[in-house]
Amino acid sequence: MNKHRNIFLQYFIFIVFISLFGILINNLAINLIRTGIGINFSWLLKPASFALAEYPLPYSASDTYAWALFIGWLNSLKVIFISLILSTFIGTLIGFARTSTHSLIGLIAAGYITIIRQTPLLLQLMFWYFVGFLGLKDNILIHIENIFKVSNQGIELYGLSFSSEFSALLFGLSIFTSAYIAEVIRGGILSVSRGQWEAFRSLGLSEIKGLISIIIPQALPAIIPGLTSQYLNLAKNSTLAIAVGYSDIYSINDTIINQTGRAIECFIILLTSFLFFNLIISNSMEIVNKIIVSSKKYN
Amino acid sequence: MKPVLIAKNLIKSYTKGSRALDNVSLELNQGRVLVVMGPSGSGKSTLIRTFNGLENFDKGELNVLGIKIDSTHDEQKIQRIRKRVGMVFQQFNLFPHLSILENITLAPIHVQKRRKIDAEEYGMYLLNQMGIDSHARKYPSQLSGGEQQRVAIARALALKPELLLFDEPTSALDPERINEVLDAMRRLAEQGMTMVVVTHEIGFAKEVSDQVLFMDSGKVIETSTPDIFFSNAKHERSRKFLNQLDKY
Ligand SMILES: Nc1ncnc2c1ncn2[C@@H]1O[C@H](COP(=O)(O)OP(=O)(O)OP(=O)(O)O)[C@@H](O)[C@H]1O
Ligand SMILES: [Mg+2]
Repeated sequence: MNKHRNIFLQYFIFIVFISLFGILINNLAINLIRTGIGINFSWLLKPASFALAEYPLPYSASDTYAWALFIGWLNSLKVIFISLILSTFIGTLIGFARTSTHSLIGLIAAGYITIIRQTPLLLQLMFWYFVGFLGLKDNILIHIENIFKVSNQGIELYGLSFSSEFSALLFGLSIFTSAYIAEVIRGGILSVSRGQWEAFRSLGLSEIKGLISIIIPQALPAIIPGLTSQYLNLAKNSTLAIAVGYSDIYSINDTIINQTGRAIECFIILLTSFLFFNLIISNSMEIVNKIIVSSKKYN
Repeated sequence: MKPVLIAKNLIKSYTKGSRALDNVSLELNQGRVLVVMGPSGSGKSTLIRTFNGLENFDKGELNVLGIKIDSTHDEQKIQRIRKRVGMVFQQFNLFPHLSILENITLAPIHVQKRRKIDAEEYGMYLLNQMGIDSHARKYPSQLSGGEQQRVAIARALALKPELLLFDEPTSALDPERINEVLDAMRRLAEQGMTMVVVTHEIGFAKEVSDQVLFMDSGKVIETSTPDIFFSNAKHERSRKFLNQLDKY
């Protein structure tokens, strides 16, 4: 009985979904006919004739729209990838601090998580851009000769330089995401029974050693799914790059729509790009998960 | 006789107004076995866990193997104590992601920095002593409760401790599995191991222990030899408790 109801419900949802989709497609077709532009991708090979502030591969205004979009895609990939690493690092530290028995450390971590999670990301990006980087007095915040320099020009690290737009986005995304990752890590750690802590402590193992060889391996299966969804959010949130003027795939699409009016095509490109980012992330995480599960020789 | 463990006026409260430990003092000499008994919530676990610093206390003084700790909970001293004191828990608390042998060699390798082969050789010797060497490559979930608890004892022995703490080691076991663990503990006592054992196993207490400490509401009600405690307990509360135990 229950099973039949379930199947009925699934068909019902499926039909509703298809109908809604049909209405949207219909609207789209009507609009396309009315405006008389149709779907056409040949403009991709025309010169973009706009400049980009940063490009990891050679780019000039005479290059094609397609190339400009690819540069944007690379820029997105770059900020997503580095934020992902940075946010995981910060999030893990804060997550551990949050579970610390040391009350002051725990309190600071809790405060960090609360403040970051209760402020809109857009506001945080603005803060990092205008206050954090452009607002630097005397233009320089930290300067270690030839190694590390933070100024209103952005960040320089071992000769690699990052623009202030990129840096603001990187900081904003990483710090925002790290607060959520910290909660994921905390949840994972709390999923390991107290007895495991007591067992390694009573054997004289240090807290760090115990975390690494006893707690984390058992917490990982609970952490990975949460981490994956935070990474996917991070990728999507990276489109806020447009707010600080970083040339990511979204902001370049936006420019192209303004120039060419090819909104539908650009949306398709954008959708495909994000589908691609998300597939990369979820598949990599799936691989990580498989490795962990297969190394889990117990129960 | 050298005292291995001296507790002086230990006081601890988890919540204001109620004391989990209320002025507890005791002394345990080398090679002796102390059994701790008392009703649920009387503070037995809290007490035994202060001995290796798993639990802090608010007042009083503790001397474990000559290392003195007080309410400041000096982490370095506690670490030194933990390297010389083993503990066995009610729920075994084996590391489920490590094999039986890895469970046992973890501390010798990482705490005592012994070579892996040496640690494994000694680990196998201990497993053999516990009668479970054939399980060395298995994982904890593949073993019965009694076998897991014997692994836990072997793990506690791997650091060659001078004092062993047991918190209700047989309470989570099926009745037919209890004796294999008690027998292992009995052999340890015969070999001269100093032990503190929280247990309700009267037979074990009568045969193996040198002293029985009875607690209620965080207080030590009496400390007697097992002969006296089980036949002629000094206090009304002890007698009541023993009557209750007999009913089960
Ligand atoms: N982590 C804790 N937080 C708050 N109260 C606690 C905590 N651990 C124990 N208590 C309380 O302290 C008292 C003593 O508890 P303890 O676990 O030491 O008793 P026990 O004698 O070991 O009981 P049992 O036989 O049930 O194991 C109880 O009232 C218990 O509720
Ligand atoms: Mg207890």
